[in-house]
Amino acid sequence: MDSIGGVVSNPGSTRSNKTGSWRTFKPLLDKEKCIDCDNCIMFCPEGCINKDHNIDYDYCKGCGICEVECPVKAIKMERE
Amino acid sequence: MTKKVMTANRAVSEAVKLAKPQVIPVYPITPQTSISEYLAQFVADGDIDAEYIRVESEHSAISAALGASGTGVRVFTATSSQGLMLMHEILYAAAGMRMPIVMADANRSISAPLSIWNDQQDSIAQRDSGWLQTYAENGQDSLDSVLMAYKISENSKVLLPSMVCLDGFILTHTVEPVEIPTQEQVDSFLPKYKPEHAFLDPKQPKSLGTLTDPDYYMETRYQLEKAMENSIEVIEQVSKEFKEIFSREYGLVEEYKCEDAKIIIIAMGSICSTVRVCVDDMRERGEKVGLLKIRSYRPFPQEYIQKAVQNADKVAVLDKNIAFGVGGALYNDIKAKIDIEAYDFILGLGGRDITPKDIDEVLDKTKNPVKDVTWIGLKNKGM
Ligand code: SF4
Ligand code: SF4
Repeated sequence: MDSIGGVVSNPGSTRSNKTGSWRTFKPLLDKEKCIDCDNCIMFCPEGCINKDHNIDYDYCKGCGICEVECPVKAIKMERE
Repeated sequence: MTKKVMTANRAVSEAVKLAKPQVIPVYPITPQTSISEYLAQFVADGDIDAEYIRVESEHSAISAALGASGTGVRVFTATSSQGLMLMHEILYAAAGMRMPIVMADANRSISAPLSIWNDQQDSIAQRDSGWLQTYAENGQDSLDSVLMAYKISENSKVLLPSMVCLDGFILTHTVEPVEIPTQEQVDSFLPKYKPEHAFLDPKQPKSLGTLTDPDYYMETRYQLEKAMENSIEVIEQVSKEFKEIFSREYGLVEEYKCEDAKIIIIAMGSICSTVRVCVDDMRERGEKVGLLKIRSYRPFPQEYIQKAVQNADKVAVLDKNIAFGVGGALYNDIKAKIDIEAYDFILGLGGRDITPKDIDEVLDKTKNPVKDVTWIGLKNKGM
């Protein structure tokens, strides 16, 4: 039977729901300026900055926390 | 099949016993209380093999019912008045999540002022929740409606919860002869519930009742609208099957002397018994009057009503509820969906008796209308 009543019948729907589409501002990380303090990794509420400081734009909602927490201003928010 | 003298609350409880629900979360409230007591007794005596959950409120009763239904078992609960108000939030969730719960509502007025007596404001206040609503006329109707409600609600074209409404005290505490079907009859009419719909099963993980973003919400609500539409033909089908096994016929509406009636009185619940007698009296006096009983308020039987009133000049709608400023709920539905001159009569609120004299006044004020909405039986106290 089709999904009725808003039932999520396949587990793992958080992955298929690409919340990155909610974003208005996109964080751009300048690896030249980065001093590897890893602040952005720890503060990102979506857990979408990896150990190599690559941002997963499928799920980054553009909250801008990483920009604020970066001590050397290596992250800039840009309108999409 | 045995015939016994009992209250409608007992009749409902007998129906529940025969329907064999597996979970019964229920909280007592006047005038529903004896249903919760009978069911507790049945479970304690081993007459029903169910989990009877003594919850701490009606909000919990319906929440537990929803959760239990989500595991794919048959569920029953019952409430009344303020209890139904407290359930309000979860009623919408139960319908939205498409849980075929069956609940009896002992119709009682709403506070303030506090009143334990009958009107239909409580269930009417839940009109838009997505629950099917049936209004019973007597004890037999109450018993039969519970059995049919399970079969209708559990149909895969419907999957909506059902509220069986019975007038508080007038039915719940009045004894009359009721035929109790045999377990074999009920088993053949209503076999064990096998959920085809999503339910909680560790072997097939699913999420029920999650957040839905604007991409999905509207479609989900539209499915509900469609299910409500589908329920009309399912009720027709279930009524037919019911008649074959139990030899009693029910439909979405019941016409009484409507064919040649110029004025048709439209009503729901126990008041129909009074009106039927009044119609006979009025006919003896030469008045061409009929009664149209609305059994199924939701789904709204638009086509049946339109057909029943096609030869009439006017209809008089009896409402034991009030939507302040616009008249009663049934009247407003009829004004919206039925092509006929209609007058509304607000009566019987908070247990005010409705006498044949009142119905005479209804007829008089429909023949010689002064206004579209009239309150019947007001005593001019405190005006
Ligand atoms: S903008 Fe917000 S969500 Fe996106 S990477 Fe930065 S902290 Fe994470
Ligand atoms: S916060 Fe700034 S400096 Fe620290 S790791 Fe992230 S980008 Fe690099």
